Amino acid sequence: MKSSKRVFLRTLAGAAVFAAFSGAAFAQQTVKIGLLATLEGPFAAGGADGMRGAELAIKQRNGMAGGKKIVLVKASSDAKPDVAVNATRKLVEQDKVDIMVGPLSGGEGIAVKEYSKTQPNITFINGSSGAQATTLVNPSPNFFRFNTEGAQWMVGLGKAALDKGYKRVMLIAEDYAFPYSQVQGFMSEYCRLGGKVPVKAWVPLGGKDYASVIARIPKDVDALLVVLGGADAVNFLNQYEAAGGDKPIVGGSITVSQDILNYKGKRRDSLVGTIAGAPIADAYDHPDFKAFVSAYQKEYPVSSGAYPSPSLFALVYYINMKAALDGLDAVKGDLSGGQAKYRQALSKMTLKTPVGDVRLDANRQAIGTTFITEVVKDAQGNLFNRVLRKVDGIDQMLGMPKEQFKMGSRDEPSCP
Amino acid sequence: MSAVQWRNAMNAGAGRAALGKGLPGRGPGVSSRAKGAGDEIVERQTPSMWAAVRARHVVVLAFLLAFPFFATPFLTYQIGAQSLALGLIALSLTFLGGYGGMISLAQMTVAGVAGYMLAIFGASGEATLSLGWSWWIAVPIAIAISMLAGTFVGWLSVRTEGIYTIMITLAVGVAFYYLCLQNYSVFNGFQGFQRVYAPTLLGVNFRNPVPFYFLALACALGGYLLIQYVLRAPFGVALQGIRDNPRRMNALGFHVTAHRIAAYALAAFLAAVGGILLVWYNGLITPNSVGTSWLINVLIIAVLGGMKHPIGAFVGAVIFVLLQTFAIDLIDRERFNLVVGGVFLAIVLFSPDGLLGLWARLRERISTTRPQAALHPRRSKP
Repeated sequence: MKSSKRVFLRTLAGAAVFAAFSGAAFAQQTVKIGLLATLEGPFAAGGADGMRGAELAIKQRNGMAGGKKIVLVKASSDAKPDVAVNATRKLVEQDKVDIMVGPLSGGEGIAVKEYSKTQPNITFINGSSGAQATTLVNPSPNFFRFNTEGAQWMVGLGKAALDKGYKRVMLIAEDYAFPYSQVQGFMSEYCRLGGKVPVKAWVPLGGKDYASVIARIPKDVDALLVVLGGADAVNFLNQYEAAGGDKPIVGGSITVSQDILNYKGKRRDSLVGTIAGAPIADAYDHPDFKAFVSAYQKEYPVSSGAYPSPSLFALVYYINMKAALDGLDAVKGDLSGGQAKYRQALSKMTLKTPVGDVRLDANRQAIGTTFITEVVKDAQGNLFNRVLRKVDGIDQMLGMPKEQFKMGSRDEPSCP
Repeated sequence: MSAVQWRNAMNAGAGRAALGKGLPGRGPGVSSRAKGAGDEIVERQTPSMWAAVRARHVVVLAFLLAFPFFATPFLTYQIGAQSLALGLIALSLTFLGGYGGMISLAQMTVAGVAGYMLAIFGASGEATLSLGWSWWIAVPIAIAISMLAGTFVGWLSVRTEGIYTIMITLAVGVAFYYLCLQNYSVFNGFQGFQRVYAPTLLGVNFRNPVPFYFLALACALGGYLLIQYVLRAPFGVALQGIRDNPRRMNALGFHVTAHRIAAYALAAFLAAVGGILLVWYNGLITPNSVGTSWLINVLIIAVLGGMKHPIGAFVGAVIFVLLQTFAIDLIDRERFNLVVGGVFLAIVLFSPDGLLGLWARLRERISTTRPQAALHPRRSKP
């Protein structure tokens, strides 16, 4: 009995090794695309939705682009840069993908961009990572990003906050690159137009206790700028509610996303009126976006574990994968010459996305659209994001001259 | 009895026999030798390094040396070099845990200290925080600071036993993780340090897969031989004595606490070298590199391979890296962690001594099921 178990185990191990080393060569009439998202760790749900978005882009063309069949090879990371690079290296060097789409989060994006420099014959297209530095500092000639990033997503929100009469806001944000970018996108405009941010509270990612932060909220601020994601946002909102807080909220791009609006806490209703900036708005009524939403809903019903409406990650992965496929169409699947023609086509193209046209700048970074949204309650009592305003053509300099632009950090910008 | 007298007693075989009693198969170097206790004593009296070399050592070394020439750069770098670097860190735990009886979860932290110090004193993408010194200054400084850190961990935890050691070292590890995560003036917070690359030396760029593999191999081999030597040296033998009966060793005149702390310092050296290799391998270091999951992963690697022999750390590392890399090809992409966990569970369940234990039992089974093997005794095992 025991020995048969062992034989079984050894067979299993043998099969593992065999499977690992096979699966390399494929016919010429296919293009291999590697897809990396976080299927583990804090962004596992977002990563799964990102994969749905990317696969949707392929399914919409029946798995063909530029006359070639698309073979998708997926990999997973857990939002850690070293894991993301390992997974990418496996896709590129072991699975021999031609085009790489991913990763999901900011730190990963910077690391994968650095890796892309060592593989000049492969084209890397971002997944949904949104760190400014990826394309601003030491950009890589073969790393493309067709989504706008954290700072761009907040452009227009500063003005919207002032229009609502919020002259002084306190900042509560997680202490890492993505919120820095978001805060910069908000503050550069808000400060310029005369708003004040007297207190900045940077809290650790994954923090549970916000009591000390809540105690620091000054009496004389008009609103709170809350740039927290996922469970952090829910924890903060609950504790703020319990502490008797009543100040209105200005949200970051992932603070009032659909998964938070769906949560069942008491504070839920007080979210009504919250304004936020994001590259996606559930209630955007352009036919292209509606077509995208219904395609997503048809392909991925809620019963299969998908969201009722595509998340930010699904949209952004969809956009980047669509860029990869449109580029293949443009060069008719010709990836010869170290993919030079393909890259040329990517740099030049105007990408049609569900949320408007996207172009790339000299650093291969998207210039695109941001939505300013407001949370409203519909007749059934569900919360959703209404589009207040749509801002087109936002570039990575946020409209500032290049000399004046400084990357966001804890202390930059500042207007106490 | 002084240490010198103890050594003499050991060399005469008497002390060794006393030490080995009650722990069959756990004495120093037993697993690499033939079974007969008599042979062993004879061998000890002729302490030649070459006497211990067996055919399988030569085969393994030849394979390791030839590996990059038939494997793809990917296998050389991601599987080969990464396994060697991780194995070196796990080896420091095997040394502490298997031979010192101290399970320290802070070995990745010690490695991380070396990595961070290398990024801070050496060059990185963060020009304002890194001092940008040459690697030949930065590396010794990183190793020295890391050894201090490892010694500190040892000093803190050495008076505790078993689960309390694990708790204290885990606490130190998690504290260091949060320090890195939230300190911006030195550790650069969540971002950590990017672009920490291996140097170019004598025209050889150690960022390239093959040179880096040989660098890692040299370090790993050095670490392995160092541990093999130390385990046979009086220091290592006394350490095993302390593991088995600290009170008795104390009565024999050994300073048990100091001895254990010294073991931590030595382990810290290995972990530091491994940590530097790992940073060069990844090209970056972030708080996640010293996060809880990695603290545990080092223990998993050591246990997977088996903690009764130094080679176990490397065997475990290879299995771990292979699984991390290729499990996703075996099964539905969304569920590949199930395979990783399942294999770990199976190995620990079927062989508490890790893969080395499995191998040893397999050999035992073969020799007992084939009685003729016993009738025609071979002089030495291949």
